[in-house]
Amino acid sequence: MATETGAGRTDSEPSGLLGRVRGRLEGPNTIGNSRAYWAGFAVAVAALLVYPYIVGAYQASRFSLFLVYAFLGLSLSVVWGYAGVLSFGQVVFFGVAGYTFGVVSVNFATPAGITGAFLVGIGGGALVAAVLGYFMFYGGVRDVYVTIITLVSTLVLHTFMAQTAGDQWTIGEAALGGFNGMPTIPNLAFGVGGAALVISDVMFYYLVLVLLVATYLGLRVLVNSDFGRVMVAVREDEDRTRMFGYDVRRAKLLVFTLGGALAGLSGVLYAAWGNYVSPGVFELAFASLPVVWVSIGGRDTLLGAVAATVGIEFFRNSLGGEWAFVTVGALLLVSILGLPGGVVPWLDRTYRNLRGGGTTPPTETTDSTDPEVTEA
Amino acid sequence: MSTNDTDTTDGTDAETDTGPETATGHPNVRQTAAELATGDRTDTLLATDGLRKEFGGFTAIDDVDFSVAEGELRCLIGPNGAGKSTLLKLVTGTHAPTAGKVYYDGHDLTDLPPHERVRRGISMKFQVPSVYGELTVRENARLPIQRFADGAERRRRVDEAIAAAGLSDYEAAPASTLSHGQQQQLEIGMAASMEPDLLLLDEPVAGLDVAEREAIAERITRLNEERGIAFVVIEHDTDFVATIADRVTVLHNGDVFREGPVADIESDPAVQDIYLGGDGA
Repeated sequence: MATETGAGRTDSEPSGLLGRVRGRLEGPNTIGNSRAYWAGFAVAVAALLVYPYIVGAYQASRFSLFLVYAFLGLSLSVVWGYAGVLSFGQVVFFGVAGYTFGVVSVNFATPAGITGAFLVGIGGGALVAAVLGYFMFYGGVRDVYVTIITLVSTLVLHTFMAQTAGDQWTIGEAALGGFNGMPTIPNLAFGVGGAALVISDVMFYYLVLVLLVATYLGLRVLVNSDFGRVMVAVREDEDRTRMFGYDVRRAKLLVFTLGGALAGLSGVLYAAWGNYVSPGVFELAFASLPVVWVSIGGRDTLLGAVAATVGIEFFRNSLGGEWAFVTVGALLLVSILGLPGGVVPWLDRTYRNLRGGGTTPPTETTDSTDPEVTEA
Repeated sequence: MSTNDTDTTDGTDAETDTGPETATGHPNVRQTAAELATGDRTDTLLATDGLRKEFGGFTAIDDVDFSVAEGELRCLIGPNGAGKSTLLKLVTGTHAPTAGKVYYDGHDLTDLPPHERVRRGISMKFQVPSVYGELTVRENARLPIQRFADGAERRRRVDEAIAAAGLSDYEAAPASTLSHGQQQQLEIGMAASMEPDLLLLDEPVAGLDVAEREAIAERITRLNEERGIAFVVIEHDTDFVATIADRVTVLHNGDVFREGPVADIESDPAVQDIYLGGDGA
């Protein structure tokens, strides 16, 4: 089942608010169930908070794109790593959300309109995922056939959006623009009238950072919850999970929709970051990147998805050109052959071995860390 | 029985009444004439009616009428390829039948998805052990229980399930480190922890040594006697079958070949013949 196990916790876990918060954040489905991890996490967040002051606004804005992609990586980690559904279609939800945000925000280019566009864009990604997921999972599509359908969906959207040049593909004030894409998407803004806040540059960086930390922590709670355990059970053995009385179709649909929303959030932020979205987001090369990030980072580690996404994209962007793709491909091969579980789980195991924790995964020894039990 | 049954197909449709009416008032639950005559089995729990399953051109289950009473401990035997596992998968809904009906507690389950059948009281342990190896024994035991129990009640049930499986000393150990027999015990415990009325076990002692077989047999018998759980157990080992079973059903070529007390089946030359590759004629 879950391959992530931290230092483990026992009945001696601190009680009170902190203990309860940790009780929800930690469990057998996440790496980093120790004080040392959270200390490192706090240092990493603090470093990211001061990063713009060190590198300047331009580099911070550039780096914020990598943080934006992390939501896309997390979406696949949840869908594939935790629920076992290998999707090549996360960029579908990413792109649909980006285009939706673009169309709505161009037509309602006020802070209130853009706030609405932000939400509608995320909802659009989630809705498309829900519809596609419903027909797949309630239609009995499983395993590699889901992968094929999601891949084909990506290619279909790429072909479709590429031919949307011309006036007939203008929605209100927003021209879809075919291969050229939509170049006039406004910056993100929240609020109404005088209370509005336009988000750009360093402020955008901080917004994305806050959203990413909140999303990461929220997903930790989710994957360690009862539902998270069902997700992992589905990944390991669907038939067995059904025999425990769980509706596997519904579980997969919920996870797939959540993945669509996360990819949608990434797509909206992407469109707002560059003020632009194009059919390139549906290209095969881009569709493959989430699979690369999550494979290298570790499929069933949220931390791995974030770290690998940011790290690889930073590296790829810095290297630039076609060699960047070649290098990333080589990195994927080396990772799969040498560290099939991913880099972050390997680092976690190595760290625990060095500390004498061994490889035995001492997960929860009782249900005492279950908040429900703690409360009881 | 489960009380959250929302199935409106309760078997009162005369057109679907294919058997004699039972004492339970569920006309679709068939009973044998002998059972009715002796007054036994007036409490039929599971019944299949003309159940058929085809895979392409191959008929795995061919018009099977099969019934199990409440609290009964039935063994299902037959040569490889007889259709035993397929029959159980039709009962759980893992496979959809080509034709025929599955009735449980007087209700037509044929169109219900597997998880709904489980919630009505049917549980199954598959042939291949499928505990979640990298989770601890406790985490494994928790999974089926968390669906319907919270807090202290959940903890108590998990404790009980682990203790009943004889694995209290291993609750913090990854399930993958358990022996094959312990994994079988854990799986049976997980299935039984949902308090089913009918538990289907597909070869629960395959690959186990004598002591482990005895432990599993004792466990099944205890669950049957103390909790009243009805069992359908697929097993090839006739000694094991004789130890636990009330009655035996022999499947052959996808159909019920013989059914009766263990001693009668064991001594039946036709049954011995089909195990030796004959047609039982």
